[in-house]
Amino acid sequence: MKKKVMPDYGIYMEAIIQSLSMLNPAKLYRNPVMFIVEIGSVLTTSMAIYAGVTHSGEAGFGTMISIWLWLTIGFANFAEALAELRGKAQASSLRSTRAETTARLVTPVGFSHVPGSELKKQDQFLVEAGEIIPTDGEILEGVASIDESAITGESAPVIRESGGDRSGVTGGTRVLAGKIRVSVSNNPGETFLDRMISLVEGASRQKSPNEIALTILLVGLTLIFLFVVAAIPAFSSYSGIKSSPTILIALLVCLIPTTIAGLLPAIGIAGIDRAFRANVIAKSGKAVEVAGDIDILLLDKTGTITFGNRQAVQFIPAKGVPEKELAHASWLSSLSDETPEGKSIVALAESLIESKTPPDRLVPIPFTPETRMSGVDSADGEIRKGAEDAVSTYTGAPFSADIQEIISNIAKSGGTPLVVAKNKKPLGVVHLKDIIKPGLKERFARLRKMGVTTVMVTGDNPLTAKAIAEEAGLDDFFAQAKPEDKMALIRKEQEKGRLVAMTGDGTNDAPSLAQADVALAMNSGTQAAKEAGNMVDLDSDPTKIIEVVEIGKQLLITRGALTTFSIANDVAKYFAILPAMFVVAYPQLKVLNVMGLATPESAVTSAIIFNALIIPALIPLALKGVSYKPVGASSLLRRNLLIYGLGGIIVPFIGIKLIDMALVLLHFT
Amino acid sequence: MKLLGQSFRATVLLMIVCGALYPAAVTAVGNILFSHQAQGSLVKGGNGQVLGSTLIAQGFKDPKYFHPRPSAAMTPDGSAAQPYDAAFSSASNLGPDNSAEIKAMTDAAAAYRLENHLSPGSVVPIDAVTASGSGLDPDISLMNAELQAPRVAESRHISLDRVKELIRKKTIKPQLGFLGTSRINVLMINIALDNEHPAEKTN
Amino acid sequence: MIANDWIQIFISLAFVVLMAPLVGRYLAWIYQSQSLSLEKGLYRLLKIDADKEMTWKEYGVAIVVSNGFFFVAGFLVLWAQAILPLNPRHLSPLSAEVAFNTAASFVTNTNWQAYAGEAQLSNFSQMLAITFLMFVGANTGMASLVAIFRGFTRSGTTMMGNYWSDFFRFFVRAFLPACFLMALVHVWQGSPQTFKTTVTAKTMEGSQQTLIVGPVASLESLKQLGTNGGGFYNANGAHPYENPTPLTNTLEFLEMGIFTFALPFFFGRMIGRPRQGQVFFAVIFSLYLAGLGVIEYSEKMPNPLIAHQAISQQITPLQDGGNTEGKETRFGITQTSLFSNTTIAATTGAVDGAMDSMNPLSVLVYLVHMFLNEEPGGKGVGFAGLIKEAILAIFLAGLMVGRTPEFLGKKIESKEVKLAVLSLLITPLLVLGLTALSVVIPAGKSSMDNPGPHGFMEVLYAFASGNANNGSAMAGLNVSTPYYAILIGVEMLFGRFLPLLPLLAMAGSLARKKTHPETAGTFKTDTTLFVVLLFGFMVLFAALTFFPPLILGPLLEHLSILHGISF
Repeated sequence: MKKKVMPDYGIYMEAIIQSLSMLNPAKLYRNPVMFIVEIGSVLTTSMAIYAGVTHSGEAGFGTMISIWLWLTIGFANFAEALAELRGKAQASSLRSTRAETTARLVTPVGFSHVPGSELKKQDQFLVEAGEIIPTDGEILEGVASIDESAITGESAPVIRESGGDRSGVTGGTRVLAGKIRVSVSNNPGETFLDRMISLVEGASRQKSPNEIALTILLVGLTLIFLFVVAAIPAFSSYSGIKSSPTILIALLVCLIPTTIAGLLPAIGIAGIDRAFRANVIAKSGKAVEVAGDIDILLLDKTGTITFGNRQAVQFIPAKGVPEKELAHASWLSSLSDETPEGKSIVALAESLIESKTPPDRLVPIPFTPETRMSGVDSADGEIRKGAEDAVSTYTGAPFSADIQEIISNIAKSGGTPLVVAKNKKPLGVVHLKDIIKPGLKERFARLRKMGVTTVMVTGDNPLTAKAIAEEAGLDDFFAQAKPEDKMALIRKEQEKGRLVAMTGDGTNDAPSLAQADVALAMNSGTQAAKEAGNMVDLDSDPTKIIEVVEIGKQLLITRGALTTFSIANDVAKYFAILPAMFVVAYPQLKVLNVMGLATPESAVTSAIIFNALIIPALIPLALKGVSYKPVGASSLLRRNLLIYGLGGIIVPFIGIKLIDMALVLLHFT
Repeated sequence: MKLLGQSFRATVLLMIVCGALYPAAVTAVGNILFSHQAQGSLVKGGNGQVLGSTLIAQGFKDPKYFHPRPSAAMTPDGSAAQPYDAAFSSASNLGPDNSAEIKAMTDAAAAYRLENHLSPGSVVPIDAVTASGSGLDPDISLMNAELQAPRVAESRHISLDRVKELIRKKTIKPQLGFLGTSRINVLMINIALDNEHPAEKTN
Repeated sequence: MIANDWIQIFISLAFVVLMAPLVGRYLAWIYQSQSLSLEKGLYRLLKIDADKEMTWKEYGVAIVVSNGFFFVAGFLVLWAQAILPLNPRHLSPLSAEVAFNTAASFVTNTNWQAYAGEAQLSNFSQMLAITFLMFVGANTGMASLVAIFRGFTRSGTTMMGNYWSDFFRFFVRAFLPACFLMALVHVWQGSPQTFKTTVTAKTMEGSQQTLIVGPVASLESLKQLGTNGGGFYNANGAHPYENPTPLTNTLEFLEMGIFTFALPFFFGRMIGRPRQGQVFFAVIFSLYLAGLGVIEYSEKMPNPLIAHQAISQQITPLQDGGNTEGKETRFGITQTSLFSNTTIAATTGAVDGAMDSMNPLSVLVYLVHMFLNEEPGGKGVGFAGLIKEAILAIFLAGLMVGRTPEFLGKKIESKEVKLAVLSLLITPLLVLGLTALSVVIPAGKSSMDNPGPHGFMEVLYAFASGNANNGSAMAGLNVSTPYYAILIGVEMLFGRFLPLLPLLAMAGSLARKKTHPETAGTFKTDTTLFVVLLFGFMVLFAALTFFPPLILGPLLEHLSILHGISF
């Protein structure tokens, strides 16, 4: 479930108030293009006032232009304020779930009750069933079933326990069962959520690298247009044309890229906000941006591509062994095996065997890393099950040809063979099958069209890995991988100049997460993993990275499209204003007034009104982002160039003409 | 610093190679292979006296000769304000909407009609009223030559047909059949006039 | 005649299209092979370690310092002309400001001429200053371009090659031999080549004619092949000694085009992506063809201001017609259009007719070409400018495919954008600023030769030409005044080195970056779409930057002529 923010009209009022306070030049200088507009507005306003006081002509026209120049800045500020407020609203709706709780702080003598907000990093607290976890932390002891629906919207409870890769808990979630001791991850005000809020807050917002590059280009364009406009009085004077400072300022404001400059902060904030709405907390704007650039996505097999649990689907006995005997031995050996695989073996076996009474004196032999087998000792003897090489070591002899064939067939089909042996004699093989999550193939195909190669990382043997990779529609796989191999793989790809993304949750993922260019950590994961990643997914859904990639691309596309649109608009504005400036002295230039605008004043006014109104008109697009379809770079570019390039040339011709007609109708000229 | 020494040595070396050896080599080989052209495509009279260069216009004024296009080749300070100054090539540099240019063309057209005994409203060729790029354009258009032919014939007391025949003979066709225009070299046709009709020369 | 025009255009351009890839391949060989023993000998003589690579900064310093030496040497020769040999006419030296202007002009490959060659320069100056500077200016441009290419061919290094090696390879293996061979062709067709200075003729009408001769042919091939453009004579390529026949006219604009149109192919070879080279060629050739079409149309258009005058402007078998003011009969309109369009596009600056007498739409084309200054642009630097435009276009458009923009596997980030923008600012600043100044102050206005918008264009053209290191002029403007000589002299130096150094720095930054492999999400830059994009970006950008002066100059003049208004 995605949380929806109800339309809240209060936010618009708040944005208007905030945009007024942003007129303060000390704040506005951060946006150089709009700062220039503000200087222009002050000048035209002063001139209009002077003209009004001295009754020297242009007062009405000057007032009109001044009003619209101020509005231009106001609209740009409004866009930024609105994006910021929406982001903050999203964040505070999360924060509000963290109702003030009392924490049981562990002290050397027991524990004391303190307000949750006073917990410091590395403090320890206790939580029991029915209580709300006061702040983010990592379980040190115990296991609990936790309702995370307040954060993720997912109603099914999740299990969190100490020691493993699912030891992270989030403030505001409720413990349903169990008792845990938790170590606090962050000092107050430094949680991911707090960092997230600072990302959308104008004052402390850091520009992302691409945003900086674009700003440099916009400043460059502004300087060029400043040269252009500054030269006009001299050109006009040579040609015997008197130039009006108000019109020159209006021309300058029309030419400099106010549209994109006004919307640029909003686009960046909205990108982070969109990630937020997908329940992904980005630690920086850069992280979201880079997500659009990634070339390779590393995905763990287990839990990401397949459901974590493998299921027993078949017992394949060795030659001369009845299936029931194999099933019975498997059943016995798995009775005390609490893993999902073990349970599935029991379930499958019980459908085949008649006698469900275990013999006496059963001694379960648990799985150890040394033997890599588990099993049972009973009166009948000992039964062991495990991976092929482990069992082969146990029996002390290579398997017979028929068993080897069974093993290889299972592996080829993407399954995991589990060999069962009784008294050092192999009885047969249990076919454990990975269950691939539905809908992945389509998502990977989508990624492929975006130019992202998907690579599955697994500890399985290459045959199994290949089969699963093919079935799930992955481009490549990396089999028999140890945790340190993942790091090497990332480094190798980065050496080739590729950008690598990965997801992870375990502590042993942390170095790889830190090395990867985009690293999405699962909120359920360990604190180390969350610290190492540059994004955290509150839903703990590893495939969420695909959405993040799209959000990153959308962010860049929106910037490029609006910049192109903004620059393309200049053509029409030139055709509105320049004839207005020159045609009185040179009637032969009338042919350049292609829009047939009524008077020089109405032409300039229409252009400046269009220039101002286009900003609020594009706010929804800036906040929502230009729609992204994975259709390949060339067709995407062709489409966007047509819409925002060619469209950017044509639309203002129509818009300015319509405004001019409206001005004439309303007798403004 | 090393770079300063390298730059200095490179400057000296390149001045010698580019500024002296290269032009000297072209001069040596050029004069062996194409000595006429290398010396300026000079035309000599019977006595060996240089009459001019086939490539450079001369300001023929005599009615018995074909006349070149108007020339703006003159020293800008006007000290020796003579057109067709082969020591100072220049165009008029007047723009198409300059009233001085319009007047110059109007005046040139009137003068052209007068000197060629054309009726006041008759059409004159554009090249006859415009100055060339160098002021030393050795050529005129065929139309220009045709219109001058009656005057030349008249002042030489020869038939117009003979002059027209000469024009036909002396027409320079586009080079290689397609490069440039068909035209008449004024100096060459005037020399040919004198050569083919020496009787008329002394008048 | 019309058919003949088409044939001339078609055959000339077909030659360019066929030869450019071959020459591009040859240039790539020059820079991808071992040093020849002749070159090694040169390096020993000059005490140069040609194998020692330079960082972009060292490279830039080497460019600036060596060009400083070239500049001073050229200046001294011109300034001291009177006491130097080969000056039988006892010509006085150039004034200090014109000598400065000329040395700056020729060292920057501009070849703007604030002097009249045949009237003011001795043969010694023509050779030791002019010919020398023409060689080194073009070579420097080529070397800079190769260094900039290395930003794309290399990764993970700060080394950009050796300046001297890049300088001499082109000189020894292409430039000097080509100049020598073509100089002989020019002699064959009629360009003088002698150490004599004057020939006195006694004309048939009895007057005296002083013909100025000299080492013309050796300078002629060089001026075109090096896209220099500075002529021996005042009238430049319109002078019959410089450009005696339609064949030499054709050869001359082909000489200008041969190395410059080969540059995109050269680039494609160097980066190992020939298709990218073809794409760049397509862009510049489209701009070239568009310009040619407008000029051909404009110059053949009858002038309405003399329509009532019974002056035949028609194109007939007996005359070429059109706007013949300032044009030579032997070339006619089409040859002049081809020549002038090429000279501007290739930033040569040689002319075979008076630019000042061209019709306004032609001047519009010249101005736009010079504002762009990179299609294909002169020796090296122009093409580097095209790469700059491409990077900015890719930066904008690349965003629209949803990735950090990259070009040839190199990410375009804020540092590259900053340097490209820095380089981009120079042209508007110099051209608009200096024109604005000069059309209002008396020192600027008094040099104008024509009134109204045409006079405005003369000034605009001068600064556009100086900045673009083009060197052609609407020559009515008197530029030998101290005001223009100094201002344009400084402008040429700025216009050459200020955009070049940021581009070199940008290449240095790119060379350090990893080359990113292409994926399905990468925006491909070797497609027709990219041709359209870059073409549109360049034209739009030039139009946006220069729309006001283009309106008050060529468009106003054109519309005035159509309305029957003269000035």
